[in-house]
Amino acid sequence: MNLLRRKFVKTAAFVGATVSAVGTGILIPQRALGAYTKAAFDAKDVSGALTAAMGTDQHTASDEIKLKAPDIAENGAVVPVTVSSTMGNIDAISIIASANDSPMTSTYMLTSACEPFVSTRIKMAKTSDVVAVVKADGKLYSAAKEVKVTIGGCGG
Amino acid sequence: MNKLFTTLGIALLIALPFNGMASPQQDLSEFRDYYKKRFPGTPFDDFINGVYSIDAASREQWVEIEEFPPYELSLSKGEELFNKPFANGKTYGSCFENDGIGIRQNYPYFDTERGEVITLELAINECREANGEKKLKWKKGPIAHISGYMAYTSRGNTIDIKIPDDPRAVAAYERGKKHFYQKRGQLNMACADCHKFYAGSMVRADLLSPALGHLSHFPVYRSKWGGMGTTHRRYGGCNKQVRAKDYPAQSEEYRALEYFHTYMSNGLAVNGPGARK
Amino acid sequence: MASIKIRAKAKGDITTVKTLMSHPMETGLRKDSKTGKKIPANHITEVTAEHNGNTVMTANWGGAISKNPYLSFKFKGAASGDKIKITWVDNMGKGDSAEAAIK
Repeated sequence: MNLLRRKFVKTAAFVGATVSAVGTGILIPQRALGAYTKAAFDAKDVSGALTAAMGTDQHTASDEIKLKAPDIAENGAVVPVTVSSTMGNIDAISIIASANDSPMTSTYMLTSACEPFVSTRIKMAKTSDVVAVVKADGKLYSAAKEVKVTIGGCGG
Repeated sequence: MNKLFTTLGIALLIALPFNGMASPQQDLSEFRDYYKKRFPGTPFDDFINGVYSIDAASREQWVEIEEFPPYELSLSKGEELFNKPFANGKTYGSCFENDGIGIRQNYPYFDTERGEVITLELAINECREANGEKKLKWKKGPIAHISGYMAYTSRGNTIDIKIPDDPRAVAAYERGKKHFYQKRGQLNMACADCHKFYAGSMVRADLLSPALGHLSHFPVYRSKWGGMGTTHRRYGGCNKQVRAKDYPAQSEEYRALEYFHTYMSNGLAVNGPGARK
Repeated sequence: MASIKIRAKAKGDITTVKTLMSHPMETGLRKDSKTGKKIPANHITEVTAEHNGNTVMTANWGGAISKNPYLSFKFKGAASGDKIKITWVDNMGKGDSAEAAIK
């Protein structure tokens, strides 16, 4: 098994039996969150965010990545984004909203069992490129799409 | 061109005896014809989807959200709340026909005994009070979850608001109709201005939804609210947006408006709770 | 439990998982309209998906994921009847977990 992928495969989430007892509001001991790169989410620029999340900010545009996002977001607080790819060996996918205060919205660590596909809903502060960055065989590839975010009509 | 149509529209409205002579059935007929002409590409049954029935781009986003809509979280809560017995052992079902299941399409109705318009939210709270419980807040929270669940069990049922042969019922209908067409607030706009005469046009970056089919999908989860809201929550928002006087939720004025407003969607299917921006 | 809804469906070898979670997802940038004070960041930081006890996917989230967040992913090697488990943890140290059978 590729060592690169093994790094992201986590052992059972919580210590044994506590899993079933977990409920909202109960404090969970901070396990070794080695993979949660807080720095990626604190970064105020795309370059810093990518470097923190993926180890480098160098990426090449690829048409093997399909990024689905609306041309004009109906509501900037809930923008549906879907990333899929025909590439193989994808370890991780990041979704970036370039003009957000902190551009990194999320990063998905995929094991070899995963299909190269992820879909979620993000918040966008204003019109900007949404960038899907994919890490495959140690290199970064990307696809970008401009999503327009408008201010509502009635003032409410 | 639009202005011409608007003037024609208003002229037609005045031509039709607006001072209450047109019967509700005539009003309904005119209402449907109006939207049919304005949106020839939209099948009648699709108007329950609001702007998504008249705009492809926003429809695509809505369809994506409907894959797993946020109101599903509210539905679970609603079902739980609906089935949970009161302290006295009774449940909401005891207050409604058919145990409260599949009845949304009949609300609001005019209670000839009491001489009042009864909305679903009003009925829910009256049920609580009759069973020794405190009223719920009207605009969001548990009442929206319960109302949403009840709407969900009624999905597909045809909206069938009745106006009994009672002058008080007709008066309530007419009061609602008046509210709908009356210019109000600092912005001097009527509900009809945005949702009838300018339906399908843009207000800055918002597309105006047609009033036909408006109330089929309430209560609603609005992305903007990040949660559920009832019809009267939205009425309040709309009035505030044109800087007009907001009436209290479940006031006679809003109940009359809801009565007229829902009647105008007779014949369409219930599809609540809905997801909107 | 009540804060996580899961829908998992297997089509051939590929299982599509859709999940909806109840969470305010506060960025920490919003101000309370009444007090004028900033509402502290309160958002899910990690979502883990497990199949038969093995982690299939891990998501790292920031505050820019929408309120009442949605996530969908696909994976191979599961069959109808298998269990899929979704767990989330937030920056406040809270968390929840839910399981569902793949249809």
